[in-house]
Amino acid sequence: MPSLRHIRRRISSVRSTQQITKAMKMVAAAKLRRAQDRMLSARPYAHKIADVVNSLALRVNRDRHPLLSLREGKRALVVVITADRGLCGAFNANVIKRTVAFLEEEPFSEKSLLIIGRKAADFFKRRTYPIRETHTDLFRNLTFAQASNIGKKLVEAYTQDTVDEIYLVYNEFKSVLQQRLTVQRLLPFVPQRDTRQAGHPPGGYPEEAIIDYLYEPSVDALLDHLLNKHVEVQVFQALLESAASEQGARMTAMEAATENAADMIQRLTLYFNKVRQASITKELIEVVSGAEALR
Amino acid sequence: MAEILSLQIVTPDRLVVEERVDEVTAPGTLGEFGVLPGHTPFLSSLGIGEVCYRKGSERHYLSIAWGYAEVEPESVTILAEIAEKAEEIDRERAEAARRRAEKRLAGGEDTVDFERAQVALQKALIRLQVISKKLPG
Repeated sequence: MPSLRHIRRRISSVRSTQQITKAMKMVAAAKLRRAQDRMLSARPYAHKIADVVNSLALRVNRDRHPLLSLREGKRALVVVITADRGLCGAFNANVIKRTVAFLEEEPFSEKSLLIIGRKAADFFKRRTYPIRETHTDLFRNLTFAQASNIGKKLVEAYTQDTVDEIYLVYNEFKSVLQQRLTVQRLLPFVPQRDTRQAGHPPGGYPEEAIIDYLYEPSVDALLDHLLNKHVEVQVFQALLESAASEQGARMTAMEAATENAADMIQRLTLYFNKVRQASITKELIEVVSGAEALR
Repeated sequence: MAEILSLQIVTPDRLVVEERVDEVTAPGTLGEFGVLPGHTPFLSSLGIGEVCYRKGSERHYLSIAWGYAEVEPESVTILAEIAEKAEEIDRERAEAARRRAEKRLAGGEDTVDFERAQVALQKALIRLQVISKKLPG
């Protein structure tokens, strides 16, 4: 039977762990609030620019711009976005698992990675996939300039013809309690038939109903600007979504940990009392039987 | 044909305006343009300038800098790097920015700063112009 002191020590250790997880939960909640606000206010722009690029891309020939043209090759670049820190449940593991599965399942002829976040960096460092670049410590102070840098490098890799497809794997923010793991094709840009306005047939416009735009200054200049911008904005949005999701995931994970610690303390306290009772009983028996023997 | 335009003005950090309006004018890089309902599809890049939209007889002004405008018969979408409503602009800050830029312009020339100062001056002037239109009501 373990000693009372031993159990008491155990309880106090669990209690201090509980305090830490509780504090982490509170910190995550505060950070979540900020990350979420930022992400939500950036969403309209990201969606709008995607819409505009989409309707523009529908109207021009695919060969007009390198970022639009589909290539035969199957050389893929996958951008993995995880957090820099752990203790947020399955958040990082999910992204990594999905990335590995994606790389293995799809018939790519060549695979390479661009890694954002220390957790993915640690994981892929010991694997065989070639890594183009690693960015860590982005999330502490996330700016559009950083996203735009990454975006530019992606576009460069694509236009210099070293990759044929670029994908993003990240956690999209659905709600505080829920993240949605997303695999999104970034390049080449494939326009969707436009269905955002009501009143159009479900399949979008029929081919001939698309009226060409008037352009100012010129189609090519606009297309070039918009596509580049679009890539940067999408990267930024993915980073913001991931940052908000991370805090959400950490908050839920820490909440669960705090609850588990409470359960454990309760069980240990019960056990502690039982052991104490037992030792009192034992001592009593010893005293009584000692006195009995003397008589 | 629709008699009304749905206008959206967004910047990377927020949705600035979402309204149903009767008329919009915006500063294209090749000159200002106006849009009424039923406009032909049109896509333009935007410079530094003022956006004005009319709702009935009410006119609203914004200062914007760079971006794109997508015009469709029933909608106008403006994607701007910077956009501020007239009532949000800080007059003192704009004045200060104008003075700073003017001083820099008067000082040196053909440095990198020169171009930046010119842009800053332009932005400040537009902000002031937008405010002055707001004030009379």
